[in-house]
Amino acid sequence: MTVDNETVRRIARLARIAVKDEELPPLAGELNAILGWVEQLNEVDIAQVAPMTSAVQTTLKQRDDAVTAGHIPDDILKNAPETELGFFVVPKVVE
Amino acid sequence: MSIEEIYDAKHDAGGELIAGATGDWEIIIGMEVHAQIASRAKLFSGAPTDFGGEPNDHVSLVDAAMPGMLPVINNFCVEQAVRTGLGLKAEINLYSVFDRKNYFYPDLPQGYQISQFKYPIVGRGEVRVDLPDGGTRVVRIERLHLEQDAGKSLHDQHPSMSYVDLNRSGVALMEIVSQPDIRSAEEATLYLEKLRTILRYLGTCDGNMQEGSMRADINVSVRKPGTSLGTRCEIKNVNSMRFIRQAIDYEARRQIDILEDGGEIHQETRLYDPGKGETRAMRSKEESHDYRYFPDPDLLPLELTQPWVDDIARGLPELPDEKKARFIDAFGLSPYDASVLVAERETADFYEAVARGRDPKIAANWVITNLFGALNEIGKTIAESPVSAEQLGSLLDLLADKTLSSRLAKDVFEIMFETGDDPQKIVEDRGLKQVTDTGAIEAAIDRVMAENPDKVEEVKAGKDKLLGWFVGQVMKATQGKANPQIVNEMLRGKFDL
Repeated sequence: MTVDNETVRRIARLARIAVKDEELPPLAGELNAILGWVEQLNEVDIAQVAPMTSAVQTTLKQRDDAVTAGHIPDDILKNAPETELGFFVVPKVVE
Repeated sequence: MSIEEIYDAKHDAGGELIAGATGDWEIIIGMEVHAQIASRAKLFSGAPTDFGGEPNDHVSLVDAAMPGMLPVINNFCVEQAVRTGLGLKAEINLYSVFDRKNYFYPDLPQGYQISQFKYPIVGRGEVRVDLPDGGTRVVRIERLHLEQDAGKSLHDQHPSMSYVDLNRSGVALMEIVSQPDIRSAEEATLYLEKLRTILRYLGTCDGNMQEGSMRADINVSVRKPGTSLGTRCEIKNVNSMRFIRQAIDYEARRQIDILEDGGEIHQETRLYDPGKGETRAMRSKEESHDYRYFPDPDLLPLELTQPWVDDIARGLPELPDEKKARFIDAFGLSPYDASVLVAERETADFYEAVARGRDPKIAANWVITNLFGALNEIGKTIAESPVSAEQLGSLLDLLADKTLSSRLAKDVFEIMFETGDDPQKIVEDRGLKQVTDTGAIEAAIDRVMAENPDKVEEVKAGKDKLLGWFVGQVMKATQGKANPQIVNEMLRGKFDL
């Protein structure tokens, strides 16, 4: 699998990363190198190996259904460039 | 033909058809229902889930996606998803995985929604939907998975800005995906109502559509009967039964018009505008639907044990289908009466309390016809009923031991409904006891006969039909308190009939 400049442009757009036209070919080259390396990994037969989901043997941590957070609207809004009436305020987005 | 197609063909019997210029069309509907889990805290944080609240008050640093914050799953939410799966007669997957669904929107601070893609917690199940013609539509459930809700954007507060409230951000949702087994707008609402009933029986979701606890995305396509499935459009976030019906009917008609004009349907997401009564394109699929799912590295796979699932299964309540079957088998109710009574658990419990130790059919009749009728008139629910199950039961006892005639019982019921008094008290206070004393009834009969000699002659001459008139007069003379059967029998005796 290889990616071309158009694919890189699309992925960048989906990730909301601004990429200039002249940056596309070197990025495509880097991504293709990574994909090539992954393809190399694909050659290893892992049919009999369970997927490793963590570096340590552990299970998913869970918690009880108790309210232990919230009620800190000032903290939540502290870094917002613009707020009003307790809301975040952002440029209008309507579909 | 694949197995799916054979199933489809078998399944299609009885679907409702829409007439078009080129012949009949069939509507094919699949639904994705988002049901909010009735938990106190959110799916991956300890912030409260209560509806409303000051903006951004029910938000933790996790829900706001502050750097370094990590999700920790709420085990109650996991349990509710499993309970719901069991209630939908579905496979429970002991191994499931949380994935990131990536997209950008201001009310999604993480830049991704934590959802389940490849390995959902619940697999295939079914919902049985009772149709008005007495048939049943089995709607297959494809899957149920856990996911986070997004925040809420308000677009009408400011001319050039949107306001964002993250109170809902991170609230636990169950997305319940059906197969395209629904065949009309009416079936779609019946399916949603049945699903809501099941969720409310299980207590896993309050089913409140006004507050957004249940929202439906509807996939609609049309086809000529017997042909393969057409291209579908998805109608997003329709939140009332009425709008669901309108949106489906509009969308089916729109697609038929396009196809009959020789056009083709483009797969897209559409929005229903209740003001204009139409759906319109929302965004093109190619762009937005590239969600680049991948397993969330912050969360290990969710592993359950069979004994834990079995434990939950043992704790399930009797579900509406089983309750309905029992009401039909054990109480001899009609399928219609049984489904009315089991639609809400509170109603079924109320009915069972009334029916206990009494004639179950008479009890059903009184609960459905008299009590529901009266409650509907004043817009109250069974929980707010001024007449308790015990009181209605005592009224039926008075009817059974002939203290009251059915006409008097109805009068007493009206007084009970207005005052909340016990029926015994009403009967005593107002002297409404049915007269079964044959002496008193005979006196009344004699009086009526003496006052109407001409009519007496007519009956004697063979005009039997007038007997009913006599019964009516005697009832009137006793202010409705005489037992009409006794009156009838005694009159027949007088006339040697």
